[in-house]
Amino acid sequence: MATEKLNLTLKVWRQPSSTAQGEIVTYEAKDIPSTASFLEMLDIVNEELINKGDEPIAFDHDCREGICGMCSLTINGRPHGPGDGVTTCQLHMRSFRNGDTIWIEPFRAQAFPILKDLIVDRSAFDHIIQAGGYISARTGSAVDANAMPIPKPVADYAFDAAACIGCGACVAACKNASAMLFVAAKVEHLGVLPQGKAEKDRRVLGMVRAMDDAGFGNCTNQYECEAVCPKEISATYITKMNRDFAAASIKEAVVNEF
Amino acid sequence: MNLLESIKRFYASSVGKKLLVALSGVVLLLFLLGHLAGNLLIYMGREAINDYGEFLHHMLHGTGVWFARLGLLAAVTIHVVATIHLVQQNRAARENRYAYETTVRASKASRTMIISGIIILSFVIFHLLQFTILPGPGDQGYYDDQTSDHLRPDVFGMVVRAFQNILVCLFYIVSMGFLCFHLSHGVASVFQTLGLRSEKTAAPIEWFGRAYAAFIFLGNISIPIAVQLGFVHL
Repeated sequence: MATEKLNLTLKVWRQPSSTAQGEIVTYEAKDIPSTASFLEMLDIVNEELINKGDEPIAFDHDCREGICGMCSLTINGRPHGPGDGVTTCQLHMRSFRNGDTIWIEPFRAQAFPILKDLIVDRSAFDHIIQAGGYISARTGSAVDANAMPIPKPVADYAFDAAACIGCGACVAACKNASAMLFVAAKVEHLGVLPQGKAEKDRRVLGMVRAMDDAGFGNCTNQYECEAVCPKEISATYITKMNRDFAAASIKEAVVNEF
Repeated sequence: MNLLESIKRFYASSVGKKLLVALSGVVLLLFLLGHLAGNLLIYMGREAINDYGEFLHHMLHGTGVWFARLGLLAAVTIHVVATIHLVQQNRAARENRYAYETTVRASKASRTMIISGIIILSFVIFHLLQFTILPGPGDQGYYDDQTSDHLRPDVFGMVVRAFQNILVCLFYIVSMGFLCFHLSHGVASVFQTLGLRSEKTAAPIEWFGRAYAAFIFLGNISIPIAVQLGFVHL
């Protein structure tokens, strides 16, 4: 079967630097194979731009197999574009029709400043992790897998949250640019496991405060984050974090040390 | 860290403010249910609702109603002030909007909570002026109740006379519509913020929220409609 070729109109956010004024620029993408991934489509467009002597469109990418969390892009208003549970690199051009106009913008949030074109600085997420998204005990070498019994449902619950790749789609989709889904996933995947439980309260307080300090918005329970998350992380982790935060705050207020 | 500092820190955090909005919301939700139950006494006749009005003003030697009023005032204040702070932060969190905006799941109600909230607040002010602050002895609708052996406010007459005006009825029905809209997101949202939602209960909570909103709406609008249709009359 011959590969279908698509002719598309792209509306792309171009911004030469973090301080420069950005704007939407229109490009024609011709003869794009429907088997190409979205990033390969951009590679083709960039090839042409380079041949013409123009500046190529800057965008983030790394593994291109949906696991590293590096690719971003808000495509027609939706982070990682149409389709559930996929990253931009795993989005293929067969999801679009010949003649479509596609709007491509960076992940927009004050906490994610634009560096260039479609590339944003997501180091605010690193600062949140630094505020407690780890276990401070020395772990030494790996212990025997069965030495510490963890019930399967607990392991599954932790793993579903640990699937977060930290891409920032939740922030980009949220009407308030809130990072609650990311923070909840990172807080809760450690909080339910025996190794992480010891520092549970300190972790949730620290990470929520780091999130607030970074200038993210507040969750209004609309679940746009859950709908676009490429790893389909449930907003019920946010529910659990709300509960854990309330409990930890009360403990902090009435007990000096915990 | 002392207790006061802890409270300040709690309020400073996003989750802390949201918890306060949810808890004050619960107070207001329960009040709505109680208020509706009281309102529906109008169908039991003049004596029943006037008895109820008298009870509210005399419980705990007349202090009860003031405890309730101060509690509600505190709940409304917390609900409004914390929300304003949250909305300001939310606006600041995305100053540059998307050129192409789309919504995947968020309901219309959830995206317009601040607008429906402001409308409800203005309704509450009108409602208090009309039925609580302005009526007094000597005013219309504050007559001696014929069925009772002593002088007391005639709640029944006041409400029926007010709803004989079609414009007042329409204003109340539209305001209740906004309240219903606000609650259709608010009730389920309370469960999420207070940490009482799970995969299993997410769908029932969503339905419960809508049913609660519809119940408050239908119960309240039934009264002006009943007055207009003549089912309830002087």
